[in-house]
Amino acid sequence: MVSELDVVPAITTRREEALTGLQGLVSKGLGWARKYSIFQYPFVTACCGMEYMTVSAARYDLDRFGAMLPRFSPRQADMLMVVGTVNCKQAPILRRIYEQIAEPKWVVAFGVCASSGGFYDNYATVQGIDRIVPVDVYIPGCPPRPEQVIDGIMLLQRKIQDQAHRLVEPRPLPPSGAHEG
Amino acid sequence: MSKAVIAALLERFPDAVTDAYEGVGGDDCAFVAKERIVEVCRHLREVERFDLAPYITAVDYLGMEPRFEVVYNLVSIPRSARVRLRVKVPEGDGCSVPSVTGVWRGADWFERYCYDMYGIRFSGHPDLRRLFMYDEFVGHPLRKDYPLRGRQPLVPERQVDENLRGPGPATRD
Repeated sequence: MVSELDVVPAITTRREEALTGLQGLVSKGLGWARKYSIFQYPFVTACCGMEYMTVSAARYDLDRFGAMLPRFSPRQADMLMVVGTVNCKQAPILRRIYEQIAEPKWVVAFGVCASSGGFYDNYATVQGIDRIVPVDVYIPGCPPRPEQVIDGIMLLQRKIQDQAHRLVEPRPLPPSGAHEG
Repeated sequence: MSKAVIAALLERFPDAVTDAYEGVGGDDCAFVAKERIVEVCRHLREVERFDLAPYITAVDYLGMEPRFEVVYNLVSIPRSARVRLRVKVPEGDGCSVPSVTGVWRGADWFERYCYDMYGIRFSGHPDLRRLFMYDEFVGHPLRKDYPLRGRQPLVPERQVDENLRGPGPATRD
């Protein structure tokens, strides 16, 4: 877990990791498929939820981007959208929800509180969820305009397209008992 | 409006209710002796018909003696009147106030809040636990001598070295 957290979350395209040849074609196809079927888990904690409702309702309609089918079980989702302030009491819950989402998974920090703690620099608030979970896209704003959210989603889609996808992940199984989080 | 209430209180509890004054918002206030607060509140509830305690909170006057103060904001809906009672609470062993949950059941969470944020104990409270903070939290965050950024994270946090953010789990001040 520590090594995963030590990766600096930044908006980077992973072209250097991209596969070549047939694998590259498969990766592009999988990326295309995955970026237009983002099932998201909304972790809504605060006033940004109002803007989240706007952006997922008919007027702005993120369904147009294939990205806005909220699943209220983390096991069915592949994008964690953290909307609002996360305080220290909620941090273990957020961490557990992130761990329950199956790979591949992405995290979006919606709003300035989720991104950096916002103006809640006090005894109770986590100063940005990237201290707890790795974040792919940060959407600033207090709360962000729906256009900003759409821009962030499109940025995430571009990132997903550029990532290396494999049909079978060559990751070895973790040794038994190594679930310490 | 509720000057009559305060006057009646002063007359009925001359040794418990003192220093009546009119507050900034027009509410009538009085100081009440700590040991008599339940008695005074029960009188207000049953005789003067103050049927709501919409906000009970506390204040930390760090450096003054006694240090804490518990403030009872009371409302009477039939009389359309408000009254504010203030109870001075010393620090240390005597940092305990008789609970008024027997008078207003709604005082339960307010007293838990005061205990959580200020560490003021309420004797006779049925379930005096923290209300907002988690059980692992050490200290009482609204005390003036608690560090503002004294975060106590429950999960390990990654350090982020940026000057635009707070310092994360480590305490800076």
